[in-house]
Formats: sequence, C-alpha cells, structure tokens
Amino acid sequence: MTVRADERELRDDALNGLELSARLDRIWRTPSGLLGALMSVDHKVVGRRYIATAFAFLLLGGILAILMRIQLAGPEQTFLSADKYNQIFTMHGSTMMFLFAVPVMEAFAVYLVPLMVGTRNIAFPRLNAFSYWMFLFGGCFLWISFALNVGPDVGWFAYVPLSSLQYTPTKRPDVWAQMITFTEVAALAVSVEIVVTVFKLRAPGMTLDRIPLFVWAMLVTSFLVMFAMPSIMVASTSLILDRLVNTRFYDSSSGGHPLLWQHLFWFFGHPEVYIIFIPGTGMVSAILATFARRPVIGYPVIILSLIATGFLSFGLWVHHMFVTGLPQLGAGLFTASSMLIAVPSGLQIFCWLATLWDGRPVYRTPLLFVIGFIVIFVLGGLSGVMVASVPIDTQVHDTYFVVAHFHYVLIGGAVFPLVGAVYYWFPKITGRMLSERLGRWNFWLAFVGFNVAFFPMHILGLIGMPRRVYTYTADMDWAHLNLLSSGGAAIFALSFAVLLVNVMINLRSGELAGDNPWDASTLEWATSSPPPPQNFDRIPVVKHRDPLWLDSASLPVVAGLSVERRELLLTSLAEAEPQTREASPEPSIWPLLTAIATTVFFIGSIFTPWAVLWGTPPMAVTLIGWFWPGGSKEDEE
Amino acid sequence: MRQTIVRNVAGLPTFGYGAHSGPWWGAMGFMALEGMGFAIAIGAYLYLYAVNPNWPIGAAPPDLWPGTAETIIYLLSIIPNEMTNRVAHRQDLAKVRVGLIAMSVIGVGLLVLRGFEFAHLNTRWDNSAYGSIVWLVLGLHTTHLATDVGDTIVLTVLMFTRHAKPRRFSDVTDNVFYWNFVVLAWLPLYVLLDWVPRL
Repeated sequence: MTVRADERELRDDALNGLELSARLDRIWRTPSGLLGALMSVDHKVVGRRYIATAFAFLLLGGILAILMRIQLAGPEQTFLSADKYNQIFTMHGSTMMFLFAVPVMEAFAVYLVPLMVGTRNIAFPRLNAFSYWMFLFGGCFLWISFALNVGPDVGWFAYVPLSSLQYTPTKRPDVWAQMITFTEVAALAVSVEIVVTVFKLRAPGMTLDRIPLFVWAMLVTSFLVMFAMPSIMVASTSLILDRLVNTRFYDSSSGGHPLLWQHLFWFFGHPEVYIIFIPGTGMVSAILATFARRPVIGYPVIILSLIATGFLSFGLWVHHMFVTGLPQLGAGLFTASSMLIAVPSGLQIFCWLATLWDGRPVYRTPLLFVIGFIVIFVLGGLSGVMVASVPIDTQVHDTYFVVAHFHYVLIGGAVFPLVGAVYYWFPKITGRMLSERLGRWNFWLAFVGFNVAFFPMHILGLIGMPRRVYTYTADMDWAHLNLLSSGGAAIFALSFAVLLVNVMINLRSGELAGDNPWDASTLEWATSSPPPPQNFDRIPVVKHRDPLWLDSASLPVVAGLSVERRELLLTSLAEAEPQTREASPEPSIWPLLTAIATTVFFIGSIFTPWAVLWGTPPMAVTLIGWFWPGGSKEDEE
Repeated sequence: MRQTIVRNVAGLPTFGYGAHSGPWWGAMGFMALEGMGFAIAIGAYLYLYAVNPNWPIGAAPPDLWPGTAETIIYLLSIIPNEMTNRVAHRQDLAKVRVGLIAMSVIGVGLLVLRGFEFAHLNTRWDNSAYGSIVWLVLGLHTTHLATDVGDTIVLTVLMFTRHAKPRRFSDVTDNVFYWNFVVLAWLPLYVLLDWVPRL
C-alpha cells in the first residue's frame, strides 16, 4: 500500500473554528442553481428529497384509500365503477408498498445513517443520487399511467393467470411490472450504500457493539433487500417477457406454472414485510432510549433478534399460499416457522417495555407514537399468529380479516414509528421544532382513527366479507361496520392533515431546535441542526455506545483529513480502526442522465423489445460519463 | 460542542486495496445480490424441471461444445486475470495495460462464443417453459458478462490516458475481483443448462 505524504496539502489539524467550518462548507456544499440541485450528491439533500417524495406518495396512496372507503361506506354505491375500483386498490397497495413504505425507510437511512456513524457522506453518493431519480421516475411513471387510465388493476401482487396477456390484454400489468423494476433498482442501490457506509465509514472507535440500534436495523434491512428483491426482479421480468415476447413461464399449456409466480413473488413479498418493519423497530429503539432517559435494555438481545428476524423472514413465504393445496409437511413447516418469527419480535417488545419500566419516561409526541406502535403491533402480531395456522387461514383467506391483520402490522409496525421519527428527527433535519400540541392531536386522532377504521375489518372478515369487492348488497349485513370503518378512516386521514399542517407551519417559523433538543445520545445530535454540508468539522471518535451521554460538553475527534478536497475516513469492519483517507465523489449530472437513459430503456421496452437494443447505448454512454475521471483533484491521486 | 483532538490520521494512505477500499465492498454487495439473482433463476429452473414430467420440453438438450468451450476459457482466464491483479498491486502500469488488453480480448471472445451458445440451445424462448427459463438464465449471465467486458474495455482505455493514476490500480483489482465472480457464477449454470437436461 502506498502512503502518500503530500506535505503541501492543507489539513484540518492546521485550522480551527470558523475558518475550518467555512472551508469544509465550501468544499462539501451542493452547487447553487438548478443545475447544481440536479447534480447534488449530498446524502442530506438526496435524503430530504427521498423523504418528501415518499410522503407525497403516501398522500396519493392515502387519497386512494379514502376513495375506497367512500365507495364501501354503504351498500351498492356507484361512486366508483368496478374497473376504477380495481385500479384504485391495486394502485393503493403498489404505491404504499413500493413507493412509500420501503423508500421512506431507506430515505431516513440515507439521511441519518452517515450522521449516526459519524461520517461526511454516504458510500457511493452518486449511486445514491441515481437511486433517487430512479425512484422518482418509476413512481411518476406509475401515477402518470394511472392518470391516463392505464393504472394496473391486477392487485398489488399481480397473480398470474389474471395478469397474463390472455386475461388482461392491456398495458396495465406491464406498467406494474416495470414500476417494480424501477423501484427495485433504487432500493438495491441504497442497500449496498448503507451496508458499505456501516461497514467502512464508521467513526473510529465505533465497534460493532457501539453501533446505534437504528443503524443496526438499517443494516439488517439492507441485507434483506439485497437477498429478497432479486426474486421480485426475476418475477417481474419473467412476467413482462411472457406478456411481450411470448415466453411461457406461467403458461400451463406449455410447461409453465402459475404457482411459480406465487413462489417468486412471496419469496420477496414476505421479507418485504420485515424490510418495512425492521427499520420501524430501529426508530422505536432510538426514540425510546431518548425519552425513557436510559439506554435500551438488552442491546445484544435486540441486535440478535433483528438478525434472527432477518433470517427467519426468508422461511415464511409459503404461508401466503396455504390455500393453493400444499403437501401437509409443507403446511406444517411453514406454520411452525411463521409462529417462530413471533419470538424475536416478542423479545424486542419485552426489551422496550423493560426500558420504559426502568426509565423515567418523558411523554412527548415521539414517545406517544412508540407506545401506539407497541399496542397496535402486538394486536397485529396476535392476528398474525392466528393466520399462521392453516385451518384459520383457510377460513379467512382473501377476507377483510387479512386486510385488518396486515394494516395492523404495517401501519402499527411501520407508520406509527415513522410518524414518531418525523417528530423526533424533524428538529435535526430542519433546525426547528414541531408543535407539541398539534403533535398530541396528531397522535390521538391517528390512534383512535386507525383502530376505528381497521378493527371492524376483523369482524367483517370473520362474517365473510371478501377483500377487493367494489361493493356489496344490503342483505349481507356488512353496512354498519363498513360505515364505522369509513368514519375511522376519515379520522385517521385527519391525523395526517394535522401532521402536514404541523410540518408546513413549523418548517419556517417553528421554535429553533439547537443541536440536541431532546438531549439524545447518538452522534447525529453532536452537530448543528440542520447539519452543515460536511456534517462534522472533524470526524468524531467514539468511546461509548451513547457518546453524548458519556460527555455532553466535549467531543473527542480525529484530525488530519484534507480541507482542500472531499475526503472520508475509512475504518475497519469490526473494530473501526482508521485505515484509509478515501476521496468522496463531487457533484455530478451523470447520475441524472443515467437515470433518464435507464427510464427510456425501461419504458421503451414495454412497447417494443427492440428498446433493449437501442436503449442500451445511451445507458452505456452515460455510465462511462459517470465513471470517467473528471479531472478533479481527488480523481487524479 | 468543544472538540478535543485525540488522534491524527494524516499519515494514512489515500486509497487501499481489497477490504481496505470502499469500491471493493460495493462490488461485494453487488455480487451478493446478483448471486442471489442467479440462485433465484436456478430455483425457477429447478421448479419448472420438478413440475414437468418431460425435460427438456419438446427439444433436444443444448449442444455441448459452446458451453464446454466457454467453461474451459473461463477457467483458463483466471490465470491472466490473477496476473493482472498482481501487477496492479505492484502498480506496474506497462504490465497492467498488457493484462487488461488480454482480459478485454478474452471477454470479447467469450461474448462471440456466447452467441454460438444461444444458437445451439436447440430451443427458442417461446417454445415452452423450458425454452423460456433457459434463455432467461443464459441471458442473465450474458448481461453480467457483457457488463464486465464493457467495464474492462473502458478501464483499459483509461489506463492509456493521463488518468492512469495510482488509485486506478485499485479499480483494476476490483475489476479482476468482479471477473472472478462472473467465472464462478458460470460454473453452476453450465451444469444446469448443459447437463441437467441430459439426466
């Protein structure tokens, strides 16, 4: 290895205070103007865009939910046609899963993980920018198609043969399949970035057992994405090939098999639930420690639970297929594994309860959402254990009981922690506090509204209401519970309106937050709010799992990094010992151009297979432009 | 917050090889997820194999020679690849250029051979589910092969320009590393595509 000793280069050990900050700010700042904005590779800028875009899709998906609840509020309503309803429930599920839940968790990780591990940017920042553009273009593609009445209408899991060309001879399933490809490319890219950021960019001294729990959660999630999403990419590719070039993967008359689709889909689809839920647990652990005023009890138990959940999540997929006629051994095995996964989740919940029990809880809005999470998620977990059993699942399969179950798990397990996380980290991201009063309104409206909306669905399912019906007749006796559910949905929607108002009002005029308004213990609170482009003037040195509680007045740091160019400190995997000072890429327009070329390729290939031929050269050109050294100082070392 | 400097890292190198380099870990990550993609495709093949009483469906097994020739070349290519790795670690620019040219030529040769392999599969993608999965598996690997060959050629050209700076040697070793993955991924696919239909 070559040790470079360029004595002429100015380092951060030669400067101090404002002079140091100003210099680093100049080097790391995103260029001004529209072009500069399009070139940004700052993880905070990309992370903010990612968060805002994911919430915009939440709003759109939420509006669809309200439309469905209006339609179902009474029997035989004609507010939505059957065809529109099919598109709307498919769009709702696809938007919430692929454009909101997964991306929003990755978005928070993109923003927070580099700060929490004490570095200046995410690993592969240009890939990060590319990932965002792909996510944005894929989401817009889906929604523009919907606006043009080409929105997918085959359910969010697009089962064959319904989604085959024979039964759906429109472009709608192609739009669905290609939207999947967009979002999976985006998610896979972020996952690799997070893994490398956690493995190699941690502050010196942040050994594996000092990594914040949220970061651990995102690390496990990233591995789940890396091992689950290839399955859906194979699935969506083979579906689109069946539809466009007459391959026979799912055509039973030519040796294909419709159940192959279900296996490929659910081998991704079940880990997907944990890809959404595990980041939520990380948020819960972060919030809980701060507001219980003590470290979370059972740090190693929680980490081992996260890892165990990750492994087990790959052994459950067949429980979505209990009614397809499995061999008895298969049914038994997947019932057992489905029940087993409740164990690590249960362990985590006991750790959190013990933390609250032993702490001195301060009941601010983020903690309220955490408590709401515990209540709702435990209820969702209980109905999960119920449907893990084949006889019960056979009865309630494709009924509103299942709809109730997964909304309890997903909204309880992910959205409640997420809204808590918005209240918790908003001060860091914007420098301003959200209103506590509106926060309490937000929580209680959400908690009451959610339960009123979704609890009756358990009963509706048990008395036989199937999911995905656009209406029902009055003699089914489902009207009252549906009306109640729609009323709850309205209250739940109102809670998001309160959140939106709270954010809008306080974005500009909220009370100033200061560096560490909650007196929290992790490194993102050791820098200003919002953090400067360089995150930290000097890279922190970590000596404790809760560095800011060890010493809140002074921060041990390393010196010796360049102040003339973008430089990061790489450390070893386990011990986080400094290894190299590696260059970090400068802003570039190429990730955007590559994303545009890829978009043309993806959308073009829905209409003609030749797009694969003429779409490849522009992608190759933009990729070469991306990787070709730009002559900047760090490129020429 | 007051800062106390407890350590100085000015003496550290500005790039590293292998586990000391960020891009190496990035390559590892992509290999993991792409390897999973191969595993899933293999799983889909075996699923279709298991549910169909006749395999291959309505076709003869692929002709053996293109796949076998490829396998031999892949295995032999590890030698010049490893030599490129060693001279890159020594930062010997002249020899790195030779190694990269050799690897580019081998890669292009393999792409040509791959064309023959498609032609000798003895089935089309739209014949049956067998034809579909065979084309998918081979297509997936061809994407990796073509991407790596493209990458190698760009890197070769780069090493003949003024940008051939020391840190690029680390990029060369990452490229070497990725080629090993392309080779390793091929071996089970060769058995799957050329021998499983003969069982």
